[in-house]
Amino acid sequence: MRDRTWLAAGLCALVAATALSAVSRAAPRFTVKSTSVELPYDETAYPEGPGAEVMNANCASCHSASMVLLQPKLSREQWTGIVRKMRDVYRAPVADEDVPAIIDYLAKLSPR
Amino acid sequence: MDRFDAMMTAPLGRRQMLAGTAAMLAVPAGAQGLVDLRLPGGPSQRPLAGGFPGKGEMIVQRIHPPLLETPMEVFDSDVFTPNDRFFVRWHWSDFPTSVDAGAFRLAVRGRVRRPLSIGLAQLLRMPRVELAAVNQCSGNSRGLFEPRVPGAQWGHGAMGNARWTGVRLRDVLDQAGVLSDAVAVRFAGLDGATVEGAPRFEKALAIDHARDGEVMIAFAMNGEQLPLLNGFPIRLVVPGWYSTYWIKMLSDIEVLSAPDDRYWMAKAYRIPTTPGADIVPGTKDFPTVPIGRMVPRSFVTSLREGQAVPLRPTMPVGGIALGGDRSVARVELSADGGRSWQPTRLGPDHGRYSFRRWDAELPLAGPGPLTLMARCTNDAGEGQPMKAIWNPSGFMRGNVEAVSVEVRADA
Repeated sequence: MRDRTWLAAGLCALVAATALSAVSRAAPRFTVKSTSVELPYDETAYPEGPGAEVMNANCASCHSASMVLLQPKLSREQWTGIVRKMRDVYRAPVADEDVPAIIDYLAKLSPR
Repeated sequence: MDRFDAMMTAPLGRRQMLAGTAAMLAVPAGAQGLVDLRLPGGPSQRPLAGGFPGKGEMIVQRIHPPLLETPMEVFDSDVFTPNDRFFVRWHWSDFPTSVDAGAFRLAVRGRVRRPLSIGLAQLLRMPRVELAAVNQCSGNSRGLFEPRVPGAQWGHGAMGNARWTGVRLRDVLDQAGVLSDAVAVRFAGLDGATVEGAPRFEKALAIDHARDGEVMIAFAMNGEQLPLLNGFPIRLVVPGWYSTYWIKMLSDIEVLSAPDDRYWMAKAYRIPTTPGADIVPGTKDFPTVPIGRMVPRSFVTSLREGQAVPLRPTMPVGGIALGGDRSVARVELSADGGRSWQPTRLGPDHGRYSFRRWDAELPLAGPGPLTLMARCTNDAGEGQPMKAIWNPSGFMRGNVEAVSVEVRADA
C-alpha cells in the first residue's frame, strides 16, 4: 500500500514534469532584451626604452600592449614575419621608416 | 617580477585599466591578484580581474579587444560553465557595444531562392532545439606548446560548456531555399575589421555540415540571453568543432556555390594534414587544411599544480573531459607517468558534445611528489596521446596533461 502511494506520487510528479516541458516546447517564453555595455579600455603604454615611442604610435590602436608583452621569446625572424602580417594582412598603417625600430624593439623583448 | 609582469598586476577599474605608471605599482589591497599559467619560459603570470561587462573574475590575456580566460577552478564546480565565467575571444576591436534587439536582423543571402532578413522575434517563433556543447578555442593551451609559438598565450581555459538554445541552421536555410549548386555557407557577425581593407572575420562550413540539423543559431546560453562579449544576440553553435566557426553576433549567412576562398578559411585557422596536426618544429611548406573537429581532452580540476595534499589511504581526484566530436567513453587516471591507468567514475551524461565529469579515488602509498594524468577515450576509440603535438599556430592540443601535487603527512 505504502509502495503504491509512493508510486502514485512519483507518477504525478512525472506527469507534471512532462506537462511542463510540453508547455515550454509549445509556447516557449524567451525574451531578448537590448544590450548596451561599456568596455574597459587599456591605457598601458609600451615600457620605456628605445623604440617605445614608435611602438605606442603604431601598435596601440588595434590591440593592447599586453598582446605583445605576453608573447614568449621570439626570434627577430619571427617578429619580422609578425610585423609583415600586421601590415600586409591586417592593414596596420605602419610607415616603412618605422618598421626597423619596431622590429628592433620586439627582438629585444626578453620575457621571463 | 619583471616590469612587464608588474604592468599586468594593476587592478582593473571600471573605466580605466592598467594605466601607465600607476600600473607599475605593486598590487594594491583588494586587487584580485595574479594567476600563474605555468607557461614554459614565460611570461606566465596574468591578472585575475573583473570589470568586463557580464563577466566575473577572469584571467585577463588582453583588454583590447578582449581575450579573457576561464580559471581552471570554475570547471571543478560544474560541467556547465557559468555565463559570467565563460571565456571571451574577439579578433577585431570593432564590434558594437550596443545591440538593439528590435532592430537586429540576420541576413540570409547568396545561392538561395528567397533572400531573408530575419528579426529576433521571428527566430524566437521557430521550432527550438537545445544542446549541451563545448566551445573551445582552436588555440586553447597554445601557451604550453614547445617550442613556443606566437599568438594568444592561453592556458587551458579558452573553453567552456553551455546548454545552447536556438533554432536549427537547417530550418533557416530551408526557409530561404538553398539552390542546388550550393557547396558552402559563409558566416559573419556584426564585428568589422578595425582597419579599412583588412579582412572581416568570416568562416564557412560545407553545405552538408551546415544542414546537418545540429548546427544551431543560438539565442540562449545556459537559459539566458548571451552576454554581449559571447556574441549577443545570436551566435552560431557548431557542436564538436572548434570555436572559430561559432560566429558571434551572427548577422550574415551567405550560401556559396564555391568553397570560401577568403582569408579566414584560405589562410588562417589551418592545420597540417598530418595525423593529429603534428609536424616537426621548423618544418616549412607543409600542406594544410582548415581546422575542424575537436579531439578528446581531459583535465584534473580538483587539484592545482603544486598543491599540498594530506596523506590518507586514498585521495579523491576529479575533473572534466570532452570527447571531441564524439561521446566520452571512459576517462582513466595514472599516478605513475602513464605506466598504469585506473578507471574513473563518469558523472551524468549531458550528450556527446558536453563536458563530462569524472571522479576517482587514488590509493596513496606514502608522502612525496605525485604526478597525476587523466586520459579520455571517446566512443570511436580515439584517445589522447602522451606526447604533445606541435604546429606553428599552436592549434589542437590534446595530449595527456599532467598535474603535480605534494603528498604530505602534515598537510
